[in-house]
Amino acid sequence: MTTLVADTRAVFQREMSLVLRDPFSIIFSLVQPLVFLGLFGPLLAGSVDPAAINGASPLQWFLPGVIVMICLFGTSTTGSNLLFEITLGSYERVLATPLHRSAILIGKALKELAPLVVQAALVTLVSIPFGFTLYPVHVLAGLLLLGVFGVGMGAFSNALAIASRKREWMFWAVQQSLLFPLLILSGMMLPLDTGPQWIQVLSKFNPLTYIVDAERALFSGTFDNPAIGWAVLAAVLTCAAGLWVGVKQVGRSTT
Amino acid sequence: MIHPKIHHMIHTEQLTRHFVSKKETVEAVKGVDIDIAAGELVAFLGPNGAGKSTTLRMLTTLLPPTAGQAWVAGASITTEAAVVRSRIGYIGQGDGAGHSFRVMDELVMQGRFYGMNSSDSMSRAQELTKSLDLTALEKRKVSTLSGGQRRRLDIALGLMNSPGLLFLDEPSTGMDPHNRANLWDHINRLRDERETTIVLTTHYLEEADAYAERVLVIDHGEIIANDTAANLKATLAGDRIMITVDGANAAAASALVAGRGKELTTSNGSHEVTIAGRFDQGVRTLPWLLRELDHAGVEVRAADVRVPTLDDVFLSLTGRSLREESEVAA
Repeated sequence: MTTLVADTRAVFQREMSLVLRDPFSIIFSLVQPLVFLGLFGPLLAGSVDPAAINGASPLQWFLPGVIVMICLFGTSTTGSNLLFEITLGSYERVLATPLHRSAILIGKALKELAPLVVQAALVTLVSIPFGFTLYPVHVLAGLLLLGVFGVGMGAFSNALAIASRKREWMFWAVQQSLLFPLLILSGMMLPLDTGPQWIQVLSKFNPLTYIVDAERALFSGTFDNPAIGWAVLAAVLTCAAGLWVGVKQVGRSTT
Repeated sequence: MIHPKIHHMIHTEQLTRHFVSKKETVEAVKGVDIDIAAGELVAFLGPNGAGKSTTLRMLTTLLPPTAGQAWVAGASITTEAAVVRSRIGYIGQGDGAGHSFRVMDELVMQGRFYGMNSSDSMSRAQELTKSLDLTALEKRKVSTLSGGQRRRLDIALGLMNSPGLLFLDEPSTGMDPHNRANLWDHINRLRDERETTIVLTTHYLEEADAYAERVLVIDHGEIIANDTAANLKATLAGDRIMITVDGANAAAASALVAGRGKELTTSNGSHEVTIAGRFDQGVRTLPWLLRELDHAGVEVRAADVRVPTLDDVFLSLTGRSLREESEVAA
């Protein structure tokens, strides 16, 4: 266990050196969610009936969705970096070291999550003057929940990268064709309550729906919502399943 | 766990690897038995696709065997893979360092991956950048390095954990002669200074011939020869002597040569006959032969002796030329 933690730290630090050595990438990663919030937020505010979101500021409803989206985009694309490393050979060199196999996956996923904390903090702070009410403890709990979910998503993404190592286009084909249904069917961008019945039924099978619902509950300052329990379950299951599939794939990646 | 097989740096028993491709099973490595003692420098020589790299990847735990077993640096590759990994160094065919990273960062992190603390890793990395002439490049991004610089960085990465056993997979492929000589300087220095056991794969005949103490010739997933380059050449190829004599004296010459040589061939030119064959110690045999032919009154018009290469060894073992196969594959 101690080696797993130490190994995860080492992998995380290696990945983070990429971000820290290149400040430009940090600035760019911060601009993206702001653009999204600035352009999509006003559109949404104009088209959503305030009654559908309990009369709160549209930001209270929309902001958690943006943060879940940043997490989803960041962690689901992490496999493309791995694909690059597999193609060039550095991943094989890493595999030849005694590093714990799960540490490789967890460390890589955590690297995608670290900027998320900074991004989330920034969009949250920027939103306050526009009517967003901040509940720091609840937001922190929400980020932790996303963290668990994100490690799982990152592991799935890396597993997909390994599976498509001989056909690189397959990674993006699968990632894109899964990402958008997951995203839309979670009610992340638009409320599903006004959508047709079949969409609402489908959304119940999407683990992300529970995460989004729970984040909304947390960002509006309550722990008293059944969605949170389901979300914790969904996040833990995603994390466990992702790591299980991922570790299996890691062993196969050199064949 | 003390295993009886740990006396060898490497010991394999019927090590086998199959690949399934389009429902067809390809036997990449067919039950090989290998013994390598501590301190040896052994080359796996064979054409592309012979199973050299697959064998190496099993020994470095990157690829699980389909059947058979191996003990590497005192541990089993199947049940104690992490122990094997911690004791060996591996330099693969690709770029070991990530292109987006900085040279020094990659070296220090590599040490951390082997469980070293940051300061130990840093001092080891500095030691290696110094000996591999990378000091000026420490802060450079890997993608900006030249091919030769990247290869030196790969070697440094493979040596971060000071392994007693180092594997190199086709280390000099794509290198110019200068960089290749440089690589071998480093490898030989490792052997002299630390008595590191070295196992490498190559399809360069000259390389295996010049540097390896022992050559394992691998073809179609099997080890078809296993000896020093000198012994392989002496037993499997032998020196080749060719003499050209006046057509009128051909019979006398053939009779003389037949007593010493093997696999004789005769080809007739206009008024001349060329006799060729394999001889033991050709360099010493040729002067003797010329003297004898002179005594017999045979006029020798041309004479040539050719010392065999490992390609002749491969040719005599398989009936194919390794040089041609490498060229076709490249």
